[in-house]
Amino acid sequence: MSRVGLRGFAIGYLALILIAPLALVTYRTLFEGASQAWHALRDPNTIHAFQVTLTAVVIAVPLNTIFGVICGLAIVRRRFPGKGLVNAFVDLPLALSPVVVGVALFALYGRTGWFGPFLGRHNIHVLFALPAIVLATIFVSVPFVAREVIPTLREIGNDQEQAAHTLGASGWQTFWRITLPSIRWAIVYGVVLTSARCLGEYGAVAVVSGSIQGKTETATLRVDDEYQNLDLSGAYAIALVLGLIAIAILLLMSYARPKEQRA
Amino acid sequence: MVALPIAALVSSSTEQGASGFWQVVSSPEAVAALKLTLVVAALVALTNAVTGTIIAWVLVRDEFRGKGFLNSVIDLPFALPTIVAGLVLLAFYGPHSPVGVHLAFTRTAVYLALLFVTLPFVVRTVQPVLGELDLEMEEAARSLGADRFTVFRRIVLPNILPGILSGVTMAFARAVGEIGAIVIISTNLPFRTEVASVFIFNQIASGNTSGAAAVSVVLLSISFAVLLLVGGIRRYATGHERV
Repeated sequence: MSRVGLRGFAIGYLALILIAPLALVTYRTLFEGASQAWHALRDPNTIHAFQVTLTAVVIAVPLNTIFGVICGLAIVRRRFPGKGLVNAFVDLPLALSPVVVGVALFALYGRTGWFGPFLGRHNIHVLFALPAIVLATIFVSVPFVAREVIPTLREIGNDQEQAAHTLGASGWQTFWRITLPSIRWAIVYGVVLTSARCLGEYGAVAVVSGSIQGKTETATLRVDDEYQNLDLSGAYAIALVLGLIAIAILLLMSYARPKEQRA
Repeated sequence: MVALPIAALVSSSTEQGASGFWQVVSSPEAVAALKLTLVVAALVALTNAVTGTIIAWVLVRDEFRGKGFLNSVIDLPFALPTIVAGLVLLAFYGPHSPVGVHLAFTRTAVYLALLFVTLPFVVRTVQPVLGELDLEMEEAARSLGADRFTVFRRIVLPNILPGILSGVTMAFARAVGEIGAIVIISTNLPFRTEVASVFIFNQIASGNTSGAAAVSVVLLSISFAVLLLVGGIRRYATGHERV
């Protein structure tokens, strides 16, 4: 009896908070405004917004993947002064408001910021331009690969690495032949999470990009823009595309996870 | 990449001295925004402690058709851009709601939006612990005459408590910092539905960088406190296992 009650509660709660709202937006976009939705998606500003988002993802994901693996290895396998601090800073973006990230970038690159005078003299535009969007995206997605790699590295231990070493393998060989193959699914999972975060970033980018239509507007900012212009079907259409990408990412996640546990 | 902007942030928040910092943080609008943020985030965290635990329990112990689907849907708020989440909730709970509830532009809407984005935290921290928990302990307790509630309180809860706590603290941090899901559904009326992150955003938009930095530092310290707390809980939990 109570088992059925709890099951009903869990399903009901998920339906009300999650499933029903999503189904509704999908329905409205596809069946009540398909032609307007299509029109909105072909708008040059929308296409440009997706291109900006894609650029940020393409730059941020590889950088954070490499950084995440190096950082994970350093935290698990090495001892160095300030390790606790590095560990804390890697986690920080998970707990920090993206808006605060934006403000921090302002404090660094803004006109009165630390690098402001230097950038001004050399006429380099960071804020309200692509570099700021990329920097903000990198910042918010720093933790994901490292967070996935660290527990896996701890679990596999370093017996095999030491064995390889005693057999005469160089550090580089050990990494390519031993370490990398055993953490590859953790990396895949981390990359998927990183991409999801980069695609969906709103708060930090909203602060530093200036949301200039057709210039520095990302896909998520475009959703907000369409909504502010009372073009609901346009906002729904872009939201739906982002939602479909999210669902694809989700499928990848559930595909990567079982592999990981089997390994 | 991370530390340098943070250092610049802290230094710019004190540009106008400690009194300037205090003046911004204690201005009525900032206080109202911070208060709303903390109260709603605390409520959201508490709600998640209960609902997240129940959902995790159902996903681990119950068997029914569609469970796999339900399990993968849990991660959706992590994958979905938050602005999309806001829009989706507005469609369902807003002016054109098909279920006839009009919650948009109220504090309840802020609460709902935050429930949406924080849903996975507690579920995903409790689920693995519950999965590993030995059923034998519970059966032994039952055979010794304990009722269901006692078994849960005395056997299950102490085991999953660290999981619940770290999930709740992460959910709290996320709720304090959220902006994307809230901007659309709350309309951000000062003193009514304006949360701290939106307040900061508006300060930047109106050119008051040092004001934005000051309130940002308040949120930053909350984030650091949360991380320390989660680290503490983790150490406590693993220390327990070793005993």
